[in-house]
Amino acid sequence: MTTELAKNIRKNILNMVYRAKASHAGSSLSIADILAVLYENILNVDAKNPDFKERDRFILSKGHAATALYAVLAEKEFFPKEWLDKYCENDQLLSGHISHYVPGVDFSTGSLGHGLPIACGVALAKRTARSPARVFALLSDGECDEGSNWEAMLFAGHHGLDNLVLIIDYNKIQSFGRVEDVLDLEPFADKLRAFKWNVQELDGHNHEALQNCFANLPAKSGMPTAIIAHTVKGQGVSFMENKLLWHYKSPTEEQFQEALEELEAQP
Amino acid sequence: MRTMFIKELTKLAIEDPRIWLLTADLGYSVLEQFEEAVPDRYMNVGVAEQNLAGMAAGIAHCGNIPFIYSIANFPTMRCLEQIRNDMCYHGYPVRIVSVGGGFSYGSQGYTHHGVEDFAVMRSLLGMTVIAPCDPVETKALIEQSMHVDTPVYFRLGKAGEPLVHPEDAQIQLGRAAVVRNGTDLTFIAIGAIVKHAQDVAEYMAVHDGINIRVLSMHTLKPLDKEAVLKAAKETQGIVTIEEHSITGGLGSAVAEVLAEDCEDKVSFQRYGLADQKYSLIGDQKFLRECLLGDLRQKSLKIMKNPIVFTEVKINE
Repeated sequence: MTTELAKNIRKNILNMVYRAKASHAGSSLSIADILAVLYENILNVDAKNPDFKERDRFILSKGHAATALYAVLAEKEFFPKEWLDKYCENDQLLSGHISHYVPGVDFSTGSLGHGLPIACGVALAKRTARSPARVFALLSDGECDEGSNWEAMLFAGHHGLDNLVLIIDYNKIQSFGRVEDVLDLEPFADKLRAFKWNVQELDGHNHEALQNCFANLPAKSGMPTAIIAHTVKGQGVSFMENKLLWHYKSPTEEQFQEALEELEAQP
Repeated sequence: MRTMFIKELTKLAIEDPRIWLLTADLGYSVLEQFEEAVPDRYMNVGVAEQNLAGMAAGIAHCGNIPFIYSIANFPTMRCLEQIRNDMCYHGYPVRIVSVGGGFSYGSQGYTHHGVEDFAVMRSLLGMTVIAPCDPVETKALIEQSMHVDTPVYFRLGKAGEPLVHPEDAQIQLGRAAVVRNGTDLTFIAIGAIVKHAQDVAEYMAVHDGINIRVLSMHTLKPLDKEAVLKAAKETQGIVTIEEHSITGGLGSAVAEVLAEDCEDKVSFQRYGLADQKYSLIGDQKFLRECLLGDLRQKSLKIMKNPIVFTEVKINE
């Protein structure tokens, strides 16, 4: 079920970036599995009533991976799938970076390092209101260069916000190079532990691992959970995998067809 | 102003469960009364303004009205993009409170002089900008701002400012408050320096025989255009007065109205901080004298040599 959803998310991502001649295919493909498991089995959200008060909040802090979130929201019927064909077009709702004007999206992002502080605010307000709502923030690895995230990490750890879940899409490639070359995050898990977070590491494309982790939150009561999801940029389309180029390039028609065929052939 | 602000906010917060107060580790001997009254909705986030501003957006998203508090430029410029994207773009009713506007912390040095905040905050789409001149305005405007459902910036002074208005003055958000009636010239001032404008006007009435209208333009945005145009019609000249750079603040806002909408001939001068680097420190009064110049002399000059600001109408 989640495998099928992830495949559809990927096909939609490719369709959108191909039609709009847009960037960030690799960044979106890398989080397709995480989103599939979250939206299929984990998040307490309702497409028919997207603004109900006690819903879980999902914040896509890496707003440039908008195509992936738009795709899963369309698949889950938050809005008509036809909207996806109008991605980035004049006077349409689906902007290049994620927009809160789209049903099912609570926060607009695009400038990096904004999602986690917002998530801390939501988590604190929800905890104070004794609400069952949880907050999930999905960050990119490159985004962790931003100091604002570390301010928020200090805060969440210090205050033990256990209704807050940070997911890091650790695909090892940032905007202009490999993370280890540009600004190394390692030892990443240790850094987060030192900030008083409960850290889980998993394969971000393994649905069973994602499911098991998400189904047992918080991983430790009284602590925020950080999930370091080891991923592959461009996952699912072999010629896009692990290549900086696909942070920027849009597929040609030939490449688009080839990518779709490859996805179709996958189980 | 600071004292009245926290007193009024605490009173409102006891009644209204939507009100939160967050600080970035400043407010010693000021904010304690709020924390004591509503501890669940008070938070010191530490010295971390970006997180402060982002968190306020998240708290507002959950149906609350968070106030964020710090001094001088820290709650504005340090986290400007969070204010722009997370608050303004989402239209959340966050209130940004900066104490120590202008030269309040004059002797602390340039880092603590808040002299560009009006320009920066005024340029943000959908931001309301307020700078009360005394505790009477502070109380009224904090209370009235509860009805604004979008972001609001408050520039406050420090503690112990003298009253400009009588305690029962009718202060209305978005409308200039008349501090003194006059027919020769108009001072349009904002913030704590209104008191200085009032004093200079009184002095000039006695010594120079010039009768000056003094307006407290506590709401910089949205600006009370009517009061500006009325002053242009009924008096010979307008001097804007602000403890702020002459670029982008009250002077600029009034000039925009005069240039676009005014059909009367009126002289116009901006009294503010010249656009040049400085290293001077000192108390508020000293810095006003050294860096802003002599308001009376500027006003006398305008009376002797009226400068025609606008005659040509762009719309015609």
